[in-house]
Amino acid sequence: MNSYSANSTASMLSSSTDTFEVQRSTKAGMITLIISIVLLGLSISMPFWAGSSYLRLFTELACYMAMAQMWNLLGGYGGLVSIGQQAFIGIGGYSLFVWANFVGVDPFTSVALGGIIAALFAVPISQLVFRLPGGAFAIGTWAIAEVLRLVVANTYVLGGGSGASLTALRGIDRATRESVTFWIAVAAAFGSVLLVYMLLRSRFGLALTAIRDSEVASRSQGIDVKKIKFLVYVISSFGFGIAGALYFLANIRISPDAAFGISWSPLIIFMVIIGGAGTIEGPLIGAILFFVLSKIFEDYGTWYLASLGLLAVIVTIWFPKGLWGLVVDHFDLRLFPVQRRLRMPENK
Amino acid sequence: MTYWIDAVLQGVLVGGLYALFALGLSLMFGVMRLVNVAHGDMVILMAFIGYITTQTLGLDPFSAMVVVVPIAFVIGYALQRGVLNKTISKDPLRSLVVTFGISIFIQNLLLEYFSADSRAIYSGGIEAQSIQLTDGLAAGLLPVIILATAVILTFLLQWLFGATRIGRAFRATSDDHDAAALMGVNNAHVYAIATAIAIGILGVAGIYHGMRTTFTPTDGPVQLIYAFEAVIIGGMGSFWGTLAGGMLLGIAQSIGARWDPGWGVLVGHVMFVAVLMFKPNGFFPKTR
Repeated sequence: MNSYSANSTASMLSSSTDTFEVQRSTKAGMITLIISIVLLGLSISMPFWAGSSYLRLFTELACYMAMAQMWNLLGGYGGLVSIGQQAFIGIGGYSLFVWANFVGVDPFTSVALGGIIAALFAVPISQLVFRLPGGAFAIGTWAIAEVLRLVVANTYVLGGGSGASLTALRGIDRATRESVTFWIAVAAAFGSVLLVYMLLRSRFGLALTAIRDSEVASRSQGIDVKKIKFLVYVISSFGFGIAGALYFLANIRISPDAAFGISWSPLIIFMVIIGGAGTIEGPLIGAILFFVLSKIFEDYGTWYLASLGLLAVIVTIWFPKGLWGLVVDHFDLRLFPVQRRLRMPENK
Repeated sequence: MTYWIDAVLQGVLVGGLYALFALGLSLMFGVMRLVNVAHGDMVILMAFIGYITTQTLGLDPFSAMVVVVPIAFVIGYALQRGVLNKTISKDPLRSLVVTFGISIFIQNLLLEYFSADSRAIYSGGIEAQSIQLTDGLAAGLLPVIILATAVILTFLLQWLFGATRIGRAFRATSDDHDAAALMGVNNAHVYAIATAIAIGILGVAGIYHGMRTTFTPTDGPVQLIYAFEAVIIGGMGSFWGTLAGGMLLGIAQSIGARWDPGWGVLVGHVMFVAVLMFKPNGFFPKTR
């Protein structure tokens, strides 16, 4: 039986190579591309026709989208479950304030610098937390975020425990500030999706998904697991740095508790898990869902959060693929085709 | 000089409490590689249950433990059997997210029922008594009792792990849970017993915590970090190591606080980072 099937496969492979093909794009993917371009155009034009309260709301949403996407890259694809990515939100945020307020760099350019500084910090931090196995890694990253929070809170020039204001924005009129901030937010939201999409379609992404499926098997195929994980960590931290800087650019004020606080982590992680970890669509859905829910249930603070905690438990145990997983199971829909699928011809 | 000896002494005493927080974390990680993110919130939950017990039944805190520890034990068993067993796999994502969800759930439920006010468990004056060691060197009676409890529990856990039937099951399932199952070990039950013991210890730790200081519903995460740091500093897989790790963390914090009140906790963290840097397996790792 075994030899028979092996033979038949071999003969099929040798007889003709054009009997199967590797499919890398889907019809839904093409439609997604068109819709994305339309949405991008619409978003870019928004400052010309939408009110400033809408710009603020969408800036906030864009931050969540970018963070969720970056956490998913790390935890969903990379298997590096961190509950301390707020370390890089804080580093990005504070480096924005340092560059803009102290060095005098244009605040909008400083957002990009926030990402770079966060990535630079990620290099030594990864060397520490990567020494911790599995679940311990998660708490380790959190402890590091706590260290940073306390260091900043004890640093007088950074405003100490009460924080600082982005004084560099003085002299920039409000309309310009809001529009440019919004455009950066649009770039961050679309950019994060595009980045993850491109990464996953590349050789790097192939290695990453291989590691997710089996670390041992991918090591045997010559994949440098440590290097890939390190790169994922640094790229994700870069994204978190940008998103953090952007968030506090829109907020104008920063404090150690707001920047390095643990409250970021449940928010972002639950977004990814409930939307669907290990997919590009999941974090997007999760971020939008959370954003809408948080605006509706704003007044029910503790009950709302308690329900979120419970929902995360229920989804993880009974619907581990999240909301997007339910959609895929029913409709075989893939908006962002990142997998390579083998298609056999329909002959006998 | 006495000033710094006193700092070390007080640090060791605080370390007893950290060790009580950390023992359960160490046990759960040792047996099933599970990191309970809600561990700190369970300390606070137990403190609140202890608070209610002393208030409504009029018990003193030590008698309250007789009530709270069995409750904690049952909560632990049910939690593992009903929820956490479904999350155990090589990928830590599921168990981390689930325990994180439980952590947020407990915090907000406590906030809803008890508000953000800080509370304390009245310990009948014991918190004010102290033992005079030498001139200018005294140890509080309550911290000494806590440390003694930590030492006894560490000893009991080590004995349980090394010399009993359930301990053998713990070690077997930790080494290879499939092989253990083949030998007739009921992994689901063994895991649940481990968690029940871990949370049961928190029944004691939570009440001690409530007697020593005031507590609020959002104090959990900090306790988790201290417990975790104690486990890492001490070295995973050894309960005596965890006890020592708690003490070392306590000493670092206490010395840091004498140096500058704002830096106490931070110096403790710095010690943790230094251990990760130079002794990533901790000071007393399990030797096989």
